[in-house]
Amino acid sequence: MVPLEHYLILGAILFALSVVGIFLNRKNLVVLLMAIELLLLAVNINFVAFSHYLGDIAGQVFVFFILTVAAAESAIGLAILVVVFRNRQSINVEDLSSLKG
Amino acid sequence: MLEIGMETVYLLVPLACLAGAVLAGLLGWKIGRVAAHTVTILGVAVAFALSAFVVLPDVLAGNHFNGPVYTWGVSGGIPMEVGFLIDPLTALMMVVVSFVSLCVHIYTIGYMHDDPGYQRFFSYIALFTFSMLMLVMSNNFLQLFFGWEAVGLMSYLLIGFWFTRESAIRANLKAFLVNRVGDFGFLLGIAAIYMYFGTLDYAAVFAVAPQLVPQTVTVLPGVEWSLLTVVGVLLFVGAMGKSAQVPLHVWLPDSMEGPTPISALIHAATMVTAGVFMVARMSPLYELSETALSVVLVIGATTAITMALVGIVQNDIKRIVAYSTLSQLGYMMVALGVSAYSVGIFHLMTHAFFKALLFLAAGSVIIAMHHEQDIRKMGGLKKYMPVTFVTAWTGSLALAGIPPFAGFFSKDMIIEAVHYSQLPGSGFAYAAVLAGVFITAFYSFRLLFLVFYGKPRMDDHTKHHLRESPWVVTGPLVLLAIPSFLIGLLTIEPLLFGGYFADALKVLPAHDVVGRISRGYQGLGPFIAHGLQSLPFVLAAAGILLAWLLYIRYPQLPDQIRARAQPLYDLLLNKYYADEFNDFVFARGARGLGRWFWRIGDVKLIDGLAVNGTARVVGWVSSMVRHVQSGYVYHYAFAMILGVFLLITFFLHR
Repeated sequence: MVPLEHYLILGAILFALSVVGIFLNRKNLVVLLMAIELLLLAVNINFVAFSHYLGDIAGQVFVFFILTVAAAESAIGLAILVVVFRNRQSINVEDLSSLKG
Repeated sequence: MLEIGMETVYLLVPLACLAGAVLAGLLGWKIGRVAAHTVTILGVAVAFALSAFVVLPDVLAGNHFNGPVYTWGVSGGIPMEVGFLIDPLTALMMVVVSFVSLCVHIYTIGYMHDDPGYQRFFSYIALFTFSMLMLVMSNNFLQLFFGWEAVGLMSYLLIGFWFTRESAIRANLKAFLVNRVGDFGFLLGIAAIYMYFGTLDYAAVFAVAPQLVPQTVTVLPGVEWSLLTVVGVLLFVGAMGKSAQVPLHVWLPDSMEGPTPISALIHAATMVTAGVFMVARMSPLYELSETALSVVLVIGATTAITMALVGIVQNDIKRIVAYSTLSQLGYMMVALGVSAYSVGIFHLMTHAFFKALLFLAAGSVIIAMHHEQDIRKMGGLKKYMPVTFVTAWTGSLALAGIPPFAGFFSKDMIIEAVHYSQLPGSGFAYAAVLAGVFITAFYSFRLLFLVFYGKPRMDDHTKHHLRESPWVVTGPLVLLAIPSFLIGLLTIEPLLFGGYFADALKVLPAHDVVGRISRGYQGLGPFIAHGLQSLPFVLAAAGILLAWLLYIRYPQLPDQIRARAQPLYDLLLNKYYADEFNDFVFARGARGLGRWFWRIGDVKLIDGLAVNGTARVVGWVSSMVRHVQSGYVYHYAFAMILGVFLLITFFLHR
């Protein structure tokens, strides 16, 4: 049987990957959204692993909630992305700095 | 018969004046000129009648009153009351104030006849009479201060009565400001009394005062003064402002910008004597501090002599009388300084009559001269204005102190009292009042001779229209001339030697100069006979003789003397440069200080450091912090994650 640590390490690696993806990605907004999805999935792995090892089904229930929310979020995110592209002819992250003070 | 309590009578005296003032002031536009002067004169006449024929006999019968009539408010357990203290001193002041006020009211009908502010004027002078009565009838310091400020306010309004004249506006502002200096000291004195005595009631304060003789106050760090000296001097600073003593005298000559009835009522007979009255009223306090008495004596003597000297060279008829008033107020202060309070009040009374008379006579001359006030342009008026002429003679003789006119008795008593006194400064004061007698006689007869004798020096048009003033003007002159002649003769015995003031004024046996004089007093006849042989009479006669020589016998002489003593003449003509000094030191000093505060405090500290400095710091900090807000979502996300890490680390490794 695969011990808990392996799941946790996998989750941490995925989480770190997605964080790095968020910071290092300067080009594409789609990649940004994907990194966020990955972030959530890494958390989901943690939930499932703990739920399994602690024998508590509540963790897996949360995963469904998170998946649902993540799906809705990416739908909205992609819709926004389309609008952004229409307005600015670009989804380059470097160009999207109109919040700059 | 309807029974009216004395308390009601006391209340009625000031309130009658107030009612007249309110009616004439608020409804004057509606009820018209005649009704306005009728109600105010009626009010003042009621006040005079009640004072003279009800209150005075009642007080003479030995009925005194001291108590509150109305509680205005209670603060910190201290009641603030409107109360009356009716004793011989108050009764005398009430009669004098209401009588002079009545004369002035009647006189005003003639003097202000063509003035558009007729009703306003009557309202003001009636309100002034009310304030003055409240001042003299008060039984506590708070009401005294109310009356003190109220008469000051009326004086301000009346000096600036002709408010379209710039000089009048300047004069009333000056009077107001100079009085503020005095009132500052006065208020501090009252505060000191409240602090150490815990009450503002006269009787309670006077009862506690002897126990507080050893009490000292730190005036400056390291300088300890007796409490009673501090209180006495501070209160006297207030009196210096109101009674125009050197160096706070500068406002009184300028106050002559006001209409002449005001000069007679406020700036000669009543308000300016409020300081004298106050010091006399506070005699139980002043008696306990020889230092304070010495201050009163020296300041009074200085005023008496220096202001009389200025009177010699003035050419404006009202200003001469004004300087004479200053000098006479100095005499009163001298009397108070040597503890001869009764004599001071006696002189206050006689002076109120003869000085009001002189002012009103001057006003009568001014009417005839079409508001020309320069005595160099008058002359020879005696055949045109016989009543004014005779009454002016009476007033001048009284002022110069020629027996048996009123001024002789009071002035002679002051000189005698100073002579007997051993207070520090009494030697200087004696010399000052003696010299003052000579100068007083000289300048008052210079005025008389220049105005009424000699060749007419006015232009033909004015000369053509010269005539005696109407009866409303001459009537009060005659009314005032009678007491100016008789009042000293009639009242010296009861007032000074008959113990009239025994309950009202307190004199320690060691200071009792009047008592010492009264031991040698053998009746009116010997008093006058002695007066005729004494130095003051000789000096007064010499002064009159000199005035006659210079202005009637050899009229070309004054110009030659002036040419010889030009620097002295300039010094006196410019009133010792007191105005210039005040302008230079106080006005310019205050402006310089203000400019300094503006530059350093306002521009540099408040605007520069506080207001703009805050803005600049905020701008600098935000220019630094602005870099954090890059606009990139991933920067914000990074910051959030970093924050979460830090928080978790903090919680786990705490």
